Amino acid sequence: MIALVGYYEPWWIQIVKSIVIFAVGLQLVPVVLIAERKLLGRMQNRYGPNRVGPYGALQPMADILKLLTKEQFRPTTSVGLLFALAPLISILTAVAAFAIIPFGDVQNIFGTPVGLYGVDVSIGPLYLFAFGAIAFYGIMLGGWSSGSKYSFLGAMRGAAQLISYEVSQGLALVGVIITAQTLSLTGIVTAQKGMWYFIPQFFGFLVFLVAGFAETNRAPFDLTEADAELVGGYNTEYGGGRFASYYFAEYLNVLVVSGIVTTVFLGGWLLPFGIHPPGWVDPFVVLAKMAIVTFLFIWVRATLPRLRYDQLMSFGWKVLLPLATLNALVTAILVTVTH
Amino acid sequence: MADKTPRTPPLDEVQRAAGVPADEGRGEQAAEAELVARGGEPSLNVIGWSPGEDVIEVRRSPKPGPSRGAWRSFAETARGLKTTFSRFFERPATVQYPEQKVPVYPRFRGRHKLHRFEDTGLEKCVGCSLCAAACPADCIRVVAAENTPENRVSAGERYAAVYEINLSRCIFCGYCEIACPFDAITMGHDYELSDYDRDDLIFTKEMLLAEPLERTPLRREGE
Repeated sequence: MIALVGYYEPWWIQIVKSIVIFAVGLQLVPVVLIAERKLLGRMQNRYGPNRVGPYGALQPMADILKLLTKEQFRPTTSVGLLFALAPLISILTAVAAFAIIPFGDVQNIFGTPVGLYGVDVSIGPLYLFAFGAIAFYGIMLGGWSSGSKYSFLGAMRGAAQLISYEVSQGLALVGVIITAQTLSLTGIVTAQKGMWYFIPQFFGFLVFLVAGFAETNRAPFDLTEADAELVGGYNTEYGGGRFASYYFAEYLNVLVVSGIVTTVFLGGWLLPFGIHPPGWVDPFVVLAKMAIVTFLFIWVRATLPRLRYDQLMSFGWKVLLPLATLNALVTAILVTVTH
Repeated sequence: MADKTPRTPPLDEVQRAAGVPADEGRGEQAAEAELVARGGEPSLNVIGWSPGEDVIEVRRSPKPGPSRGAWRSFAETARGLKTTFSRFFERPATVQYPEQKVPVYPRFRGRHKLHRFEDTGLEKCVGCSLCAAACPADCIRVVAAENTPENRVSAGERYAAVYEINLSRCIFCGYCEIACPFDAITMGHDYELSDYDRDDLIFTKEMLLAEPLERTPLRREGE
């Protein structure tokens, strides 16, 4: 198994891959949805949805069907084009970010070498942050173009939060990039052959995870949609299919962050103790690791209360950012000394 | 944050500051008398009030430093995570309602029942309208008629020709049951009373006399 970093396939394989990845993402989101509701239920001593289908498994289908059949409406104060565009931006960036998660190394499928990832961009994390930055336009435009003050407040909070936590998130990855000496995500995975990076980069891992909670607007950092204060935040005025897109994007973002954490800190498709399964097992290894990180997301949501806004800001700037900077600095010094 | 709020000083300090003697019973009266003598109105004496035995004492530890504080918040988060994780393995407390029902207590006030004498089969209700008079929601309508030898409905002189309870107005207070001199009306255990039409919730005498479907389980002794 040789990692071909920066390997690009013929165009037709790329098209097939993009369809497969989109389909897989589309299939994973309802699974995460039902898993979250069931797990949250069990953690609060209740069942969660259990009426639609066996053990409530078809609940997300019913939800999405309900949302898609609802009437499309918008407030008279809204800006029509942007109002319709904003959820599209959210969903687009989420799917685009999903494309760089490596589910396995380059495999020979019917004699054609195919990389089990959308694209192996040579600037991996930068691509991620670029789309993360665009994703915030989805929230921002959605909140602003709704023409409602609650949406606007939610969007403003979202903007401030994303900007402050993106810095720490980026800096947390710097340590990994220095250690791996590459920006390619497949390269980062293969560099973890000896030891998964969450051990040497433990603080980077913690910072990235916490900033990931904030980036995906999940509890305890879900201030953008603080239901109790903002009636839903930036998506207050959305309903039906557009709301469904926001919802979809949110959960896809959770999957993306789990995928990135898996890739960057948990060794991607690698297994510990020198186990080398055949190549087709790799995607399942990645999915299993992603499931563990997603479980962590849900577990934290069930546990921690929402932060106050000033706590959020001071935590981001006074705790996470210094930690991430220190982590990057110490890693840089250690790498320079040992090389 | 919480540390900056002025902490309530202990009671004895307050009393000393206000010049109230330690013997609180006497002090209370003295303070009240003094207040009245000064021309003030006797009021609720807050200073002399003692919380008694069952006050919970809150002890605050010293404010932790940055490292201790970080460790404490980390440890508390971990403790919270442990709590939710252990809940995950417990059985849910949910009662799956339409399939499972919470048993009611014997004195639960559900839908009304009208009763007959078991030996003669005559209605206990004599149409006195005391239940209708007692009803605060005014949901009972009784029209009485005379019993005749050939048509004997109740044990008394008269009987209820019309007996209707509008259950969409009833507040299930049970006053009708208390007012009834013959125990003719009692509150049953049935609480599943929804319907598609308001008119269907006006229960007539026949419906109230009929043996109700036992849809609700009764709580057993010690349950």
